[in-house]
Amino acid sequence: MSGPSSMRTPLERVRGLGSAHTGTSDFWRQRLTAVAMTLLIVPVIVVVIMLIGRNHAGAAQILGSIPIAIILLLFIVASTWHMKIGMQVVIEDYIHNEKLKIASVMANNFFCVAVALASIYAILKLSSGV
Amino acid sequence: MVEFALPKNSKISGGKTWPKPAGATETREFRVYRWNPDDGKNPSVDTYYVDTHDCGPMVLDGLIWIKNHIDPTLTFRRSCREGVCGSCAMNIDGQNTLACTKSMHDVGAGGAVKVNPLPHQPVVKDLVPDLTNFYAQYASIEPWLKTTTPTPQKEWRQSHEDREKLDGLYECILCACCSTSCPSYWWNSERFLGPAALLQATRWVTDSRDEATGERLDNLEDPFRLYRCHTIMNCAKACPKGLNPSEAIAELKFKMVERQI
Repeated sequence: MSGPSSMRTPLERVRGLGSAHTGTSDFWRQRLTAVAMTLLIVPVIVVVIMLIGRNHAGAAQILGSIPIAIILLLFIVASTWHMKIGMQVVIEDYIHNEKLKIASVMANNFFCVAVALASIYAILKLSSGV
Repeated sequence: MVEFALPKNSKISGGKTWPKPAGATETREFRVYRWNPDDGKNPSVDTYYVDTHDCGPMVLDGLIWIKNHIDPTLTFRRSCREGVCGSCAMNIDGQNTLACTKSMHDVGAGGAVKVNPLPHQPVVKDLVPDLTNFYAQYASIEPWLKTTTPTPQKEWRQSHEDREKLDGLYECILCACCSTSCPSYWWNSERFLGPAALLQATRWVTDSRDEATGERLDNLEDPFRLYRCHTIMNCAKACPKGLNPSEAIAELKFKMVERQI
């Protein structure tokens, strides 16, 4: 190693800024949302099959059912949350430039929240029959 | 970004083919990574032929034979030659393992025995990797018994059941085969502690005599130090002692969740 960091001891470099004392909640939530999606995927596929070939009024009628709307809403929340955590892991793995990493994590958050809210809005709009 | 290609000065070019030993009736081809820090050249792969009738059965025996009979400049670490010291860890036929316990008959399907240094570490010379960072990571997990209770007159007592929990953890010889086989370690070795250090961390977190379990978990709880492990399991495949660092890391993650929920 060259440059100013070569004067630091190897142990100092390993200790770095210390432990962040986080990561467990993301680890747990990733598994939680995975299990939730496993449970929800079959009902969601059934709903999607029911929606095939229906027009707007037909779709609104199906989504007007409270259990169906709730299943879809739960699936959206679980999947976008899972997507957000999973993409962040990939970004942290492969992007080492700190500025680019922060920008990517931020963009990932914006994208996942936007997808989640747009999907939730669409389901609520259809299920309320508007 | 992560680098998928070797840096220019690490690209392998050419290599010398040494003549077959005179009078040998049966030989085995060895293709060995060579790099000399003093000549300013890129690394190369040299081809040697080992007289198998004059040589022991292990890959390390072959390397020692080459050093004694063909090329004394060939550089590698070795000591115990029986899988206890971990010095001769290297990449043999694409797999990180100990040269002293790997039979040359079990590699390369009778073709060339390909020998390279442990992957993704700086090379000191030929097959000798610079493991400074690896050892510092081991030191960072503070691998010693930490207690607050005054030291007893005789010894720290431990039940047979608690002692058994250390099986599969204490046997690690720190050869670095696991850590240097881990893609997560390749991409983030300056922040991810790697399977070897984490297996040792588990060994001390599990030890019933240690009184610093919470403090140890605090130091490990980090998106990079611990959670870069994605259970790829190359570590378990590579370990020449048959240990499972991946399982040990899963145990750490379970303890992290356990103390929160």
